[in-house]
Order: sequence, then structure tokens, then C-alpha cells
Amino acid sequence: MASAAETPNCLSSTGLTEDQKEFQKVAFDFAAKEMAPYMAEWDEKEIFPVETMRKAAQLGFGGIYVKPDVGGSGLSRLDTSIIFEALSTGCTSTTAYMSIHNMCVWMIDTFGNEEQRRRFCPSLCSMEKFASYCLTEPGSGSDAASLLTSAQRKGDTYVLNGSKAFISGGGDTDVYVVMCRTGGPGPKGISCLVLEKGMPGLSFGKKEKKVGWNSQPTRAVIFEDCVVPVDNRLGAEGQGFSIAMQGLNGGRINIASCSLGAAHASVLLAQEHLTVRKQFGEPLANNQYLQFGLAEMATRLLAARLMVRNAARALQEGRQDAAVLCSMAKLFATDECFGICNQALQMHGGYGYLKDYAVQQFVRDIRVHQILEGTNEVMRMIVARNLLQG
Amino acid sequence: MAALRVLVGVKRVIDFAVKVRVAPGGAAVQTQGVKHSLNPFCEIALEEAVRLREAGAATEVVVATLGTKASQETLRTALAMGADRAVLAELAEGAAAGPREVAVALAALARRLQPQLVLLGKQAIDDDCNQTGQILAAILDWPQGTFASRVSLEPGAVQVQREVDGGLETLRLRLPAVLTADLRLNEPRYATLPNIMKAKKKPLEVVPAADLGVPAGPPRLRLLQLQEPPPRAGGEKVESVESLLGKLRHAGRI
Repeated sequence: MASAAETPNCLSSTGLTEDQKEFQKVAFDFAAKEMAPYMAEWDEKEIFPVETMRKAAQLGFGGIYVKPDVGGSGLSRLDTSIIFEALSTGCTSTTAYMSIHNMCVWMIDTFGNEEQRRRFCPSLCSMEKFASYCLTEPGSGSDAASLLTSAQRKGDTYVLNGSKAFISGGGDTDVYVVMCRTGGPGPKGISCLVLEKGMPGLSFGKKEKKVGWNSQPTRAVIFEDCVVPVDNRLGAEGQGFSIAMQGLNGGRINIASCSLGAAHASVLLAQEHLTVRKQFGEPLANNQYLQFGLAEMATRLLAARLMVRNAARALQEGRQDAAVLCSMAKLFATDECFGICNQALQMHGGYGYLKDYAVQQFVRDIRVHQILEGTNEVMRMIVARNLLQG
Repeated sequence: MAALRVLVGVKRVIDFAVKVRVAPGGAAVQTQGVKHSLNPFCEIALEEAVRLREAGAATEVVVATLGTKASQETLRTALAMGADRAVLAELAEGAAAGPREVAVALAALARRLQPQLVLLGKQAIDDDCNQTGQILAAILDWPQGTFASRVSLEPGAVQVQREVDGGLETLRLRLPAVLTADLRLNEPRYATLPNIMKAKKKPLEVVPAADLGVPAGPPRLRLLQLQEPPPRAGGEKVESVESLLGKLRHAGRI
């Protein structure tokens, strides 16, 4: 397979600083050597590649935008986007999990007090321990603020009852960042607690069978009179929803970046296939229709990439339009990139449908990016609200 | 601990994964817009030098290359992998260099920097010359240990295990010495994000190649012509061993 780092036509290094090109290079190399050769096996056997992720963490990928004093790499949102995009060319599903892990560590780093930061962040940055983000429930997906998991204050503990659904890493991870209701209805009644596997009353549902994202387990997380110390609360009571949403702004850039990587890899695969496969006496690449198709894919990919990187810069600078830009970027990039991967599959003809060929896995793995971290419908809601209130 | 400086020579080459194409004219390959990387054998040499420093056997690793301005990116990668400082022997844009010219530049640097050990890759993956280390040792009149698969420093000497046609050969060379790294010497590390950031602060000196005695003008080794290998012809399946032998005899192969 052509190295995903051959970028003349995909232009993934365009406009980057020297440092950013170095980060990207390490991520591409890691993806090509440590992930790409195994992505099919991880998918088929549903392996959660703990050792590979720990190797990645040794390079600094466990807490990319977490502060260095607790083991993070202290890089920007744009650096992070570049890195996840490159890693995703090796295995999109695993990179997507790593981005969720990174989001959780950032939440603790940013909203935790000194004691919490020192307690949780170092072992998460090294990926000695893994994290999961718990917001969605069976009864509340898009309507996240209507979540029901209750956390009743009892002395210096909270007692949790309820359940979370579709939790990435659930059951295999060690640290759970859980949004739960400590107060009245709506977003203002929600707080954020950090739970650890092994706490009595914390259990997990069956491992879900998914179309993609098979290198990370997905399970329900169940709380039955689960006792959590008050010292595990991030921020103030009632701040939880805001913490969750701020985490998601970055999470949306990360997920969109993973889609970019999958599309980048798929374009290269399609390009390779078109030059090698012959029909009617000549390579497929001699057909103008396919040439135009490839050109359109590369152009759409670049457009999506620029939107994502622009949103990353806005978030890094704390600009007021950052949340809207993140929503627009997530919406645009995940939709466009799915189309690109799908078109790349089509260009492979019948071979594109075989699991021996990687393109189908990129299609399956990024399909869910249009759904999670806020459905693309919710992204439209956010943008529309922003347009109509002004 | 007595200072023991290691000089590592590296080369910027077209990345191993790129499908190389002959440029129009047939006397060069296309390099415009093509991905370049640190030569894999040079990477192995650098890794060995960094390990020697980490083990306390060496005190400083200096990485150097003869190339145009673009080679700075290769030096930065080397700094990110753990070299302490870098030197670019700068060629003018469009200028070319071969093993002889590189050896002249590295020899001049060796006289300036006084390393106890010079480590190079055994060959570059673009020209596969496998000459630079040998020429360098001759210019400096230092012992050489090429195709190194194991290196260990002793007081005043280095023990080198070499991969040779007959198997493995172990030599002890008095320092200073020139070694060239073979594939099995080690597995190079990835640069880490923190090291990439630290690399920014490490010194990178640029010296005009002429100042190191590299003669101006075309390299001593001149590439006359390049052509792609002929397209692969179809094979043929035969039904029996006798038939196979007959065909091989007929083709003059046996």
C-alpha cells in the first residue's frame, strides 16, 4: 500500500510550521509501522490494542493538549488535529478511541483541582490507565441535558444510580468521566464526576456488536448505588454540562480529524487501484470520469481539512465563534469524508467490497463519526441557533 | 568521564515507500514534490550514537550532513531523535555531491570536532554506493568497521561485529575510528513530541561546503543514464518436471 505520507495531491502538510511537520511525520510513521499492518486484524478479532496505544503514549500521544506538569505534551488544538489525522491513516477506530481518551484527560486537567490533576492525569497521559467519556444514556442522546443518572449527596460522597449507553472503551477502561444529575432538571442540574473501575456499584453491560470501531469495545455503564467520593467531582455542582460541552468542542475537532485521515488514506488507495487495475485494455486511471472523480475527492478533502484546522485555531485562541466553527467543521468534514471513502470504495469495484482491501474498513469506521459527539443534525441545530439569534 | 564525542553523518534521501520515477532526460529521478526522509541506515547509525550517550559511553552526539538547505529538515529530525547538535555543510541549490565529496566534508568536520567515533549508515538507499565510510576512513587514515551489527566501546578502542559474506566477523579497532551501520545493529526510536519541541532549542550550524574543502563543480561520480527496468514479461506454467527441464535447457538456462 502506498505510504499515507505521500501527500503531493492530498496536501496535508500545506501551511504547517516546521514543528508541525515533524509531529505529523512521527504520527504518519507510527501509523504506517505500528497500526496499518494490524488494523484489519484488530477489526476482525475486536482487539483493543492496549500495547500499541501505550507505545503511542510514550511518544506523547496520550495527553496531547494536556499540560506538561501532569505528563501531557502541551500542544495546541491544531497540532492535535494534525496528529490524529495522521494516526487515523493507520487505524481510524483506534485513533478515534485515543481522541476520546485525550478529551477525558483534558477535562480533568482543565477543570480538576490540583489534587485531582495529580491523581489522575499522569497515569492517563502515559496510558497506564485508559479513560471513557460518559454522557449518553438509553433515554438521552441528542437531548443530552435531559440525562437521568442521579447522584445523591450523602455526607462526603455521592451515590449514583442510572446507566450510560454506547460508552467507548466501557468495561475495559479504568477511569470514567460521568455526567450525572446532582440538582434540578436541565443542564444546570448536572455535575461531572470521575469514577474508577472497581468502585462498588459500577458494572458494565454486554459488549456491543458494531459495524465498525471494532478495535474499541462499546458497552453500557451501569450505576447501582455506586458510591463516589465528593473529592472526585470536577468543578462545581451544576458545572458538569458546561464541562461536557467544552470537552466536546475539542472532541468534535478530533473526530473530524479522524475522518480526514480515513479519507486521505482512501484517496491514496483509490489512486493506487486506478493506476494498477486495467479494463478495456488500459488502466482505469485513463478514464476521464475517474480522473475527475479523484480530483473532486482530493478537493473536497482539502476543503474539509481547512475547515477543521480553522476551527482548531479558533478553539485554541478561545475565540467566541469557536463552538460554532467546531460544529460546522465536524458536520462538514464527517459528511464529506464519508462520501470520499465511499467513492473510493466504488472505484475499487468488486474488490472494494472484500475485507482483504482496507478501503471498506475506512468506510465502516468513519460512518459513526456522523452520529457521535453530537449527531450532524445537532451540529445543524447549533449552527442554526447561532445564525438566528444574531 | 572523559569526553567522547560521536560524529554521525546522515543523508536526506527519497523516502523508501515512494514509487521513484525517472525524470525526463533520463539522467536523474524526479525529486520535485516527492517525500524525502532520513536515510534508514543513517537513522540506525544515529540511534546507536544516542544509545552510546544514554549508556554513558559517549558524552556528545553531533549530527552532520552535506546537502542543500532542504537537508535542515533531516537534521531537525535527527535532533528530535536525540542528537545534541547539528551541522549542515551547505551546498548551493542544484549542486550535487557523491561519496567522495561527502567524505571530504566529514573529514574536515572530524578534524574540527575531534570525535573519537564517526558513525555512518553503510549506504544510502538512493545510490547504494556503500563508499562514503570507507573513503572517509582512508582520508583520515583511521581504522574502519563497516557493516556493523554490534558495537561496544572500550577504553581507547571499539569492538565491532561485522556482517560479512561468510558470517560474522569481530574486530577491535583503536579509536578514533569510522564505523558504518548495517540493518541489524538496532531498531531506531520514534522521535517523541517532547523531543521534537526540545530539538528546536538545539544548535544547528550552517557552514558553506567550500569552507570544508568540498570542491566546486560536478561530483567525481557522474550519473550517465537511468532507465526503469523492463516491464515484467508473463510467465508460463508447465505440467511436469521433464517439461520444465526441457524448457530451461531450451532457453539456455541449464
